[in-house]
Amino acid sequence: MTTSDNRSRSLGWLALLTGTVAATTFGVVAILVNIFERKQEARTPFVRVVEVDEVSTDPKPWGLNFPQQYEDYLKTVDDEYTDYGGNHALPPSKLEEYPWLKRLFAGYAFSIEYREARGHAHMLADQEVTRRVTEVQQAGACLHCHASIIPTYRRIGMEELGQEVTAAKLAESFNQEAVMAGFKAVSQRTYEEVHAELEKTPDGVVEAAAGDPHLGNAHPVSCIDCHDPKTMALRVTRPGFLIGIDKLAKSDDPVPHLPSIAKWRKAGSKGTYDPNTDATRQELRSFVCGQCHVEYYCANKMTLTFPWSHGLKVEDLEAEWDSTTFPSEEADETGEPFYDYVHKETGTKVYKAQHPEFELWSQGIHARAGVSCADCHMPYEKVGATKVSSHWVRSPMANINKACQTCHKVSEQEIKDRVDLIQHRTSDLIDRAAAAVTEMFDAIIAAREAGASDEQLKPIRDLQRKAMWRLDFIASENSKGFHASQESARILAESIDYSRQAIAGCYQLESEPAAEPAESDAS
Amino acid sequence: MRFGKVAMTFFVCLGLLAGVGTFTFGYGKGASYLSNNPETCINCHVMQDHMDSWQQSSHHHVAVCNDCHLPHDFVGKWVTKADNGFFHSLAFTMGGYKDPIQIKPRNQRVTQSTCISCHKDFVHPLLPATAGHDMLSCVHCHADVGHAGR
Repeated sequence: MTTSDNRSRSLGWLALLTGTVAATTFGVVAILVNIFERKQEARTPFVRVVEVDEVSTDPKPWGLNFPQQYEDYLKTVDDEYTDYGGNHALPPSKLEEYPWLKRLFAGYAFSIEYREARGHAHMLADQEVTRRVTEVQQAGACLHCHASIIPTYRRIGMEELGQEVTAAKLAESFNQEAVMAGFKAVSQRTYEEVHAELEKTPDGVVEAAAGDPHLGNAHPVSCIDCHDPKTMALRVTRPGFLIGIDKLAKSDDPVPHLPSIAKWRKAGSKGTYDPNTDATRQELRSFVCGQCHVEYYCANKMTLTFPWSHGLKVEDLEAEWDSTTFPSEEADETGEPFYDYVHKETGTKVYKAQHPEFELWSQGIHARAGVSCADCHMPYEKVGATKVSSHWVRSPMANINKACQTCHKVSEQEIKDRVDLIQHRTSDLIDRAAAAVTEMFDAIIAAREAGASDEQLKPIRDLQRKAMWRLDFIASENSKGFHASQESARILAESIDYSRQAIAGCYQLESEPAAEPAESDAS
Repeated sequence: MRFGKVAMTFFVCLGLLAGVGTFTFGYGKGASYLSNNPETCINCHVMQDHMDSWQQSSHHHVAVCNDCHLPHDFVGKWVTKADNGFFHSLAFTMGGYKDPIQIKPRNQRVTQSTCISCHKDFVHPLLPATAGHDMLSCVHCHADVGHAGR
């Protein structure tokens, strides 16, 4: 063994040891830094870096204060698509997928274009381009939900009430009186007029010279629509909901899932039920969604209306529409009975159901168990050590772990299978009810051609309206039965029954002597 | 005894590693992992909810984390502690774990065994005739005993 051999061998060992020590040091420092990072996460700073106020409809400044929520909110531009509903890059047309919808909505704008929904971030842009708006004159009431419109209501209301309006005054407080006045003032104006008004209201970013409140931008629903800009507390802002929930509180519908209403009734039902002072935080986590995800009347013959004076069940809503008449031109006359559209194929005046998610959820087991909309559609997520409710509002099926498994300790696959089962059953029942409804149309058309009179057709038309209302109630609702599966099945069963009763009625007419041929199509 | 410059440098580096290592062990509260103290488990903030819900539970004055989540025999206890220690650290360091967290089947068997360990005199009519045979999971019904309101 030469010294040079020894030397090179010990150099080799030294190199190996050096490498090992270096690698270990690297690892230890990496762990040290990681532990440091995790410890930093556990400190959850919240910094209000900019002020937001009652006109801040632009979500950007809110995003500076609440970066995590804002980041999630922006994700609503690209929700993935689920089997039923959900989201899509180019939403597929429901009319092509379900041709019977064209017959159901014959004579109504929904027969022109009706697509799958997309995320919140698209709501205003999609409304601006749908052929239902571009080809048919729509009412400005539609913007009650599709735009961040409250400051615009407030500005117009203040002008109506003769209050001094400046940009500063507008941003000062919620001013419910003015919001209500503005809401009523624009309710019957055209879509284009109200849209123009939106763009004349400051949005918290665009600054008008000299504090003039007539310059701004239109935004889709944003932070201010559910949060108080001073305290960030949840709040209800939409006049339609405030009036509707007060009607519900004054009804005798038991609403066991809304404990604060029971409490308010017990205390003597004094004055107005105001969700912003009476409701629990958990209720508000559903109420803020119920501001828009409901059945309503939203055309130009009367103010935007939530039909909740009898309760939240499908027949409660129907009873309100049945007893509603449009405001009359003449003071001493009652107006004509309420209807949404005249069904073109049969000439019957019928009702249109619009996505009654809040109402259907109210009949379901989750509502009864105290589970709010936000619990599943905006489940809490951990970001570092901070717990935030996810502002990426989307289908729970895209997020089963956080949305369902907090309570349901079974595998994701089993949960998905259960939901699929409910939705497939509901979907099959919808197909069955749709077949019954379209056969009913054919039977009524044939009866009219055979010379049935309006008087003879009246009871059949009443059945037709009931059947269509029930089918549309579940078909337009966005959970395919999941929000209340048995209730959905019950409603569809009733729809099928009414359709078949109407068909039987048409057959009976055939065996009766023909009456005078019908001239008008009054129902 | 004399060392060359290279060796001296090497020992300096080794000393640095030992120093940084000792600091990291202390900073990461390494020694606490040998204890029975529930505070140890919330060294990682991800366990805070479990701590909070345990404090609300019916067992909080009779059992700490280790009483239910580690076997009651010496070998089993330390093997399970090492096993979970490694995999929990890995998950928390790398991220990407389930949220809400889900217990692994192996740890579920541990909690079941600890229920039995304390309550066997009371539930022995319900136990399987032969060890290791099929039996009901206690927490399937008694979900709130260790963590209330979860």
